[in-house]
Amino acid sequence: MCGIAGVIHRDGSSKIGEEMSFMLQAMKHRGPDSTGFALYCERDNIDSEQYVMRMKVAETHEAVNGYDIHAKMEDRIKSVQSRLSELKVKVSEVEKITEYALRYTFTCDGNLRQLANYVEDIEGVEILSIGKGLELVKDLGDAKVVSDLYSLKSFNGTHAIGHTRMATESDVDIRSAHPYWAYPFADVSVVHNGQLTNYWSKRRELERKGHRFMSSCDSELIAVYIADKIEQGRNLEDSMLQSVEELDGVFTYLLATSDSLGMAKDTMAAKPMVLFESDQLVALASEEVAIRTIMNNEIDTSDPYDGEVRVWQA
Amino acid sequence: MAGLEKSNEPLKTEMRSESLLGRTQQVFFSLDNNEEKMAQPFAYEVDFSKSAEIDAEDLNTRQINSKLKHLLTEGYGTITIKNPGAKHSIGVGILNRLNLKIEGSLGYFGLGLLDGPNVTVEGRVGWSCGENMMSGTVLIKKNAGSTFGAAIRGGDLVCKGDVGARTGIDQKGGTIIAGGNTGAFSGFMMQRGRMVVLGDAGNNLGDSMYDGTIYVGGKIKSLGADAVESETTESDEKWLTDKLTLYGLVDKLNLSTIKKVVSGKQLWNYDSLEPSEKKLVL
Repeated sequence: MCGIAGVIHRDGSSKIGEEMSFMLQAMKHRGPDSTGFALYCERDNIDSEQYVMRMKVAETHEAVNGYDIHAKMEDRIKSVQSRLSELKVKVSEVEKITEYALRYTFTCDGNLRQLANYVEDIEGVEILSIGKGLELVKDLGDAKVVSDLYSLKSFNGTHAIGHTRMATESDVDIRSAHPYWAYPFADVSVVHNGQLTNYWSKRRELERKGHRFMSSCDSELIAVYIADKIEQGRNLEDSMLQSVEELDGVFTYLLATSDSLGMAKDTMAAKPMVLFESDQLVALASEEVAIRTIMNNEIDTSDPYDGEVRVWQA
Repeated sequence: MAGLEKSNEPLKTEMRSESLLGRTQQVFFSLDNNEEKMAQPFAYEVDFSKSAEIDAEDLNTRQINSKLKHLLTEGYGTITIKNPGAKHSIGVGILNRLNLKIEGSLGYFGLGLLDGPNVTVEGRVGWSCGENMMSGTVLIKKNAGSTFGAAIRGGDLVCKGDVGARTGIDQKGGTIIAGGNTGAFSGFMMQRGRMVVLGDAGNNLGDSMYDGTIYVGGKIKSLGADAVESETTESDEKWLTDKLTLYGLVDKLNLSTIKKVVSGKQLWNYDSLEPSEKKLVL
């Protein structure tokens, strides 16, 4: 089933981590297998030279049950640092959030695709996101578990998207959890609720163009599809409008960039989405109960219609 | 292949009784029928002048619905639910006369399986409000989500604002009214009853409808398979005027622009053709 949520503040920043935690926890019943957050920090706090990279060096279940996994994770972290040095990436900070989840802050002159490919060539290593404002966190468990584990409630920012997952067509692991980063483009992330029925044909088409897939989760296709459009020079709204025509199935998805939040709904309008808009903020969620967790007063909401695409700026 | 030519002319369509016949015959609650009173043999005797409030802020759905039932057993005929907070499945399965007021918004599957109450919702409702409703009235003052009034069999389900996709899917009787627009596939597989859309209707309106009538005041983005436009009659106009007056929506009614959509009845279920012949017709 899955639940998705998004919020964007039009008049400055807010405790976006806490807000998204509340919204996703209110939709825990839509899927407690894993929870993910894509949080965007205040633009005033962004260093134009510096990137933040979130990565994992093992899956959660491997870290708990794997044979010799602790030594392997240490080796993988050393390999990552060695390869970053080879690429002349200047790492200013490495934060080990769990034994398998790390956060790097670095500056880099080279291209991000080359960096991502070289780092992900190490067995068991996956880059969850690279961005200047984006922090992408996902792990097993409900929103409270993940938010507490990664200390997200204190995160200040302008906008965020999130996902609570009921695994149906791929594994319960971090690799298949949402949001997905639109590799290799900085600060682009996607969450999705639904099923794409032309997944394999579209995936093969995109793989032939050189795009990489880390999972067999159909939702990843949307991130890669949008990345492909961005690479062709298309703007966000056009890319999303085209996705409604070209992606087959039933879906509602949210997409975020460094300064905007977008929503697209399939032509059957088969997946839910509730929208609240005001001068101060825009909030969307699979269920209104999620939006209610961040609003103190009575609100007016609506359902976007079939084939509708909307984009809001922070 | 004489007689198999596809005709776009609708069959004779006019106002007709909504009483169900044959195996589908059921007894519905009626305010005019004093002898049968509740129709439901297990309905509680209530006094409309006896009122109570439920503050739903710190209650879950099960607790809210249990309190509602408990108040009915004590004979309360007027109940107000405050702070519903868009929680799901509130007010489901009320088989009783009752004046129910909801001061706020409901989540998904609210007010399903109703048989008898008169409900007013001050806010919005989520997906599948009024599903399988048998009788009574529901008036929503703001917007409604998708599958509004799915498989409704009787009563009036009214939303003053916009309504989502698949409004009245599988409608089997009763009346659904949208004061604003409706989404795609409204009236999908409609079987009986009437739907009124005072704003615009989305794509595939009335797709695969078996019977029933849809009135649209605004634009129709597209008609679904086997849905055709028909002439409105004087009885249509009278019914629309009377019904919309009841719910304070008659100001939005423009009889000169109203469009009436019915089933063309060309689909397979209306003939006795062999499967190979059906393909030729369609």
